Amino acid sequence: QVSSAGPYPRRVKVVEVGPRDGLQNEKNVVPTPVKISLINMLSETGLQVIEATSFVSPKWVPQMADHTEVLQGITKVPGISYPVLTPNLKGFQAAVAAGAKEVSIFGAASEQFTKKNINCSIEESLERFNEVMAAARAANIPVRGYVSCVLGCPYEGKISAAKVAEVSKKMYSMGCYEISLGDTIGVGTPGSMKEMLSTVMKEVPVGALAVHCHDTYGQALANILVALQMGVSVVDASVAGLGGCPYAQGASGNVATEDLVYMLNGLGIHTGVDLQKLVDTGTFICNALNRRTNSKVSQASCRL
Amino acid sequence: QEPQASGLPEYIKIVEVGPRDGLQNEKVIVPTDIKIELINRLSKTGLPVVEVTSFVSSKWVPQMADHKEVMRGIERHPGVQYPVLTPNLQGFHSAIAAGATEVSVFGAASESFSKMNINCSIEESIEKFEEVAKSARNMNIPVRGYVSCALGCPYEGNIIPAKVAEVSKRLYSMGCYEISLGDTIGVGTPGSMKKMLEAVMKEIPLSALAVHCHDTYGQALANILTAIQMGVSVVDSSVSGLGGCPYAKGATGNVATEDVIYMLNGLGINTGVNLYAVMEAGNFICTALNKKTNSKVAQASFSTGTVN
Repeated sequence: QVSSAGPYPRRVKVVEVGPRDGLQNEKNVVPTPVKISLINMLSETGLQVIEATSFVSPKWVPQMADHTEVLQGITKVPGISYPVLTPNLKGFQAAVAAGAKEVSIFGAASEQFTKKNINCSIEESLERFNEVMAAARAANIPVRGYVSCVLGCPYEGKISAAKVAEVSKKMYSMGCYEISLGDTIGVGTPGSMKEMLSTVMKEVPVGALAVHCHDTYGQALANILVALQMGVSVVDASVAGLGGCPYAQGASGNVATEDLVYMLNGLGIHTGVDLQKLVDTGTFICNALNRRTNSKVSQASCRL
Repeated sequence: QEPQASGLPEYIKIVEVGPRDGLQNEKVIVPTDIKIELINRLSKTGLPVVEVTSFVSSKWVPQMADHKEVMRGIERHPGVQYPVLTPNLQGFHSAIAAGATEVSVFGAASESFSKMNINCSIEESIEKFEEVAKSARNMNIPVRGYVSCALGCPYEGNIIPAKVAEVSKRLYSMGCYEISLGDTIGVGTPGSMKKMLEAVMKEIPLSALAVHCHDTYGQALANILTAIQMGVSVVDSSVSGLGGCPYAKGATGNVATEDVIYMLNGLGINTGVNLYAVMEAGNFICTALNKKTNSKVAQASFSTGTVN
């Protein structure tokens, strides 16, 4: 129920997407050693999942061209998972060859978004993923599924909750252990989040759901709060709020991990994350990128 | 607008504090005519309450030195309230003489904050407010009470909910029709908001409560959501998120009215406010102040050229 101010899950798994989703949407190309340092610093904060890179063609995503070097260069701390994006079988094979132990695939709840983004229909994208799933199953590699545009699409506008549930169910049925529901352009509010989740939860168990909220309209933490109230216990975020919105120039994108952890701490929810170390990591990458942090917690903590 | 989510208030009154709280915490001194223009624009957005100015000594708050001119210069739209701050009886009389029809008094849940801010104890400040409340009662002028540091204090740190409840009750008992609970340094989270409201709700009827959240740690909307889930139906905010935090240099302060309305619209809650009109007023004042908006809704809308 949206109307109850609690109860909340005791623990929340924070999935750190800064090094991939964050950097991918930053204008400045980041040198490989800086990416590696970023991931290594994140590995010291208590985060259990750090999305490392994307095995996509450098023609499409120049920022991720060094995917093999990054994955091979980072210190893989035991107990921490370093998933990588694999848009197709080729990317999957390259990822495994480079040492990947977990992969992610990206679907969408919008036909137009899928067409513009990966030049095929939703159905065709799922067929491609089937190949990845089969290979992953054979190699015992867990696969995380993302669904984009769950609360709105830059091209189609409103997205029906039923469509989100349909795509999520398909990806879950094909073997994804977790489905991360993404508010890609940040237009969602607690109202639309609740409606979407109620529908999706009829098809996918809440324990297998995650939310990936963008803060483009300042709604991310409120949306995450509602998701927690409905039983979701996995939340994606990006250190320093790295990653602008490619659909709204100058607007923000990912929610900042620091601000998320601050809220979860205040709710007494266990994350295992050391907020100060996270803030320090955010400071590091912002200096390297020569940009200000998008994290309000970080801004407030600096008394210069 | 979405159909209203069950269990939440059907209507939320937005109290716009930009022209007072917002501008008071902006570095640049704003010319009187700009202040008047801002308030006039806000009056046309559907906002039911616009906090106009503060009848405080210009020695302390230079930004509000033109309080009389602003009060006299603004258009008074029917159906819109124009409260002003009155820290003491002298300010109250001055406000009435200038045409004020509603006033506000500012208490705090922290002794240290009270001492540092207005140079007296909580008890002494309550006595001053009682004088104001008494005069106001005689003249049929409604008084709104603010309680600062409701979720934390820049000097004392943690503030116990019982203290917030105690101060709120004093203000309510002296005749304040509404108590606005302020997270002055924005440190609150949904956890501490809930605990504080539970304590205060034991002493004050829900309908007399408002929340005044600062977004210094990015928690404002989540805190406001928690409050409205508990039945609070009055929310303070500031157009464009005007007003930085005087306790954390470079950090933000007030939550942006645009972002609050966006959330309430998405929840199907009626506010009577035209979001686009507020964004335009925000654009006006940011241009005048030569600064970027603190509203994410405004940032996103102006860059995409669409209003969601």
